[in-house]
Amino acid sequence: MSMITVSPAPHDHTQETVKKLMYGVLIALVPASIVSVIFFGVGTIILILTSMLSCVAFEYLIQKYILKNESTISDGSAMVTGLLLALCLPADIPFWIVIIGSLVAIGVAKMSFGGLGNNPFNPAIVGRVFLFVSFPVQMSTYPKPLQNWFAYTDAATGATPLGMMKEGIKNNETISDIMSKVPDYIDMFLGKMGGSAGEISAIALIIGFIYLLARKIITLHIPISILLTVVIFTGILWKSDPARYADPLFHLLSGGLLLGAIFMATDYVTSPMTASGMWVYGIGIGIITVLIRVFGAYPEGVQFAILIMNAFVPLINKYIKPARFGERLKNE
Amino acid sequence: MLKTFRKGGIHPEENKITAGKPIVDLPVPPVVILPTLQHIGTPATVLVKKGDKVKTGQMIAAGEGFIAANVHSSVTGTVTRVDKFTDASGYKRMAIEIGTGADEWMDDIDTGPGLVREISISIPEIMVRIWDKGIVGMGGATFPTHVKMAFPRGKKASILIINGAECEPYITADHSLMLEKGEEILIGIRIIMDALGVEKAIVGVENNKYDGIENLRKFSDKYPGISIQGLKVKYPQGSEKHLIKSLLGREVPSGGLPIDIGTVIFNIGTMYAVYEAVQKNKPLISRIVTVTGKSLKYPSNFRVRIGTPVSELIKAAGGLPENANKIIAGGPMMGKALNTLEVPVTKGMSGLLVLDDVESGRKPVQNCIRCSRCVSVCPMGIEPYLIMAMVEKEKCEFLDDCHINDCMECGSCSYICPANRPLLDYIRLGKTKLKKRKQALKEAE
Repeated sequence: MSMITVSPAPHDHTQETVKKLMYGVLIALVPASIVSVIFFGVGTIILILTSMLSCVAFEYLIQKYILKNESTISDGSAMVTGLLLALCLPADIPFWIVIIGSLVAIGVAKMSFGGLGNNPFNPAIVGRVFLFVSFPVQMSTYPKPLQNWFAYTDAATGATPLGMMKEGIKNNETISDIMSKVPDYIDMFLGKMGGSAGEISAIALIIGFIYLLARKIITLHIPISILLTVVIFTGILWKSDPARYADPLFHLLSGGLLLGAIFMATDYVTSPMTASGMWVYGIGIGIITVLIRVFGAYPEGVQFAILIMNAFVPLINKYIKPARFGERLKNE
Repeated sequence: MLKTFRKGGIHPEENKITAGKPIVDLPVPPVVILPTLQHIGTPATVLVKKGDKVKTGQMIAAGEGFIAANVHSSVTGTVTRVDKFTDASGYKRMAIEIGTGADEWMDDIDTGPGLVREISISIPEIMVRIWDKGIVGMGGATFPTHVKMAFPRGKKASILIINGAECEPYITADHSLMLEKGEEILIGIRIIMDALGVEKAIVGVENNKYDGIENLRKFSDKYPGISIQGLKVKYPQGSEKHLIKSLLGREVPSGGLPIDIGTVIFNIGTMYAVYEAVQKNKPLISRIVTVTGKSLKYPSNFRVRIGTPVSELIKAAGGLPENANKIIAGGPMMGKALNTLEVPVTKGMSGLLVLDDVESGRKPVQNCIRCSRCVSVCPMGIEPYLIMAMVEKEKCEFLDDCHINDCMECGSCSYICPANRPLLDYIRLGKTKLKKRKQALKEAE
């Protein structure tokens, strides 16, 4: 014994680290990425590589030349942002647009607030929304699934089920007319439909969800509260007028709802700290999503809903506190 | 059905290496150091001087005041020094050093092996005996037992709770007592029940000591009113307030005591000490210490004379391994790291844990990623991340609103943090800062 360490308790520590959690999220996104490559071909590969590499590169460069602090790229959070950003973009989007999106996600939404842990808004969604507003044409056409594997930007494009729904409602078509045009639920469940690279396959996202839960990376609260709210809200609308409103299952399987609810709304940094806070947050996201989808101008609203509720998180944390031990008795 | 508390808690690796190992008597060491403060309260007053000859069990320091405890010589020998010695807290405190000779016990102590079932003395005599024999809480907090037994005016206990949770990883001191001294423990409980006029007692034991539960149940039919309840293995199950919550479903109010909801709680080791004091007239001069660690050659449960230097225990367990880097008095969650092996075993030291250089290191602190794990594991329902941020930013005026003083320092938050943030260190700092701030405000008035 040359030297002994003296430090305050506790002297034991969990094996879980930030790095392991982040890599866990990446692993959970592997099924969705594979399905995307199968359906959209080489475009997805270019998209994912560009996005992940540029996110990591931007974080590295900003820390080295602007912030001049220790590099944190090894914690994996920039890779998670990169992958999530890629998975909510169309697979045929030109790579230079992806790089701009990465710069906004990492540079503006994450590093300008002080890096991991300090950003109020989900970086991947900020990047995605920035591109959506700046490049509306490229961002609202989606490649059709299962065409020429090497098509990339030449791929034939079409509308997403949610796009068809919005268009149809605008043209006063009934739900049953619209439903005859969109892919059937089995295809939607498997992912054979137009959409962003990673959002199409419900089954792949659910496999990722189960992995996240099993590894205890996330808890059930946020995804379940969002999905339940969407089901109940759209269910009420559907029951009230089935000719004008789509059924809940359509809403669950279409668009970015599952990707958003499982992987984006559950981002640690931008979600509430208590279980009851998470319920409020999730219900808020669910309601806003349905409001935008059904009554708003855009076909899809998950990303906007998450951003809006991100803004409420500090307020939720301030007013919704964990139940204290012993308090119940004091109030008796 | 196993019981537990719902809110918070963690499950660290149990590492009960010494579980089921027999209690081994450690030989009387050549020298013992007996601090006058081995309990919560005021230090005892020294009754002996250098050169005095003392017998095993003789009172050598007297508790003065209400919250105090007597100290007895754990060996026979000559007082060699009355001076300040470093104890487990790291501070130098008054202690009596005794060089040991042939072991000769005081005449009034029953040193025979026989089990004494019949409680032959009256209730006031029991109270005096417990005070006289220097009995304190053996679970670690070392609160004098007679103080707990004297309730504030108007309060009444209706149920007695015995803490056998032993939720700290590694430690098996109480477990070994349950296995070897089951009936003695139950007699000890009966004594306290009689003294307090309580009809019912529940012993809570974590289910990783199932053989201990079985052994206690074997005898509990003979002792009416005592039931043994298995508990789910979850840290901090052995916290007084959480054990009450698990067993009775009631929560002690913030800042309150168990007696506020009509219960008193003692450690299982204390019950054995009570048995020895009341039935055998034996003062608290020895205790069980688990000496453990993954790299120790002979991890064991030792019966040790109080005052034995920690180095003797390590020697008996096979010596300090090459890679030893941290020596902890107590368990890994709430134990104190020692800065020297020359500190003595005191009444509250339940374990001695040797960690190697890998286990003992702290990892670099990263940004808080707001994963909310610290909030979800906090058994008191406070927000460690928020308190740490407030302390870091010197916003001490908000610490009261964060209920910082509800924190019992179980360490679950620091344990669970994936960003390796020293949350509990900052909570402790915050408590001190808040206290200073309140003093300053008072003085300014």
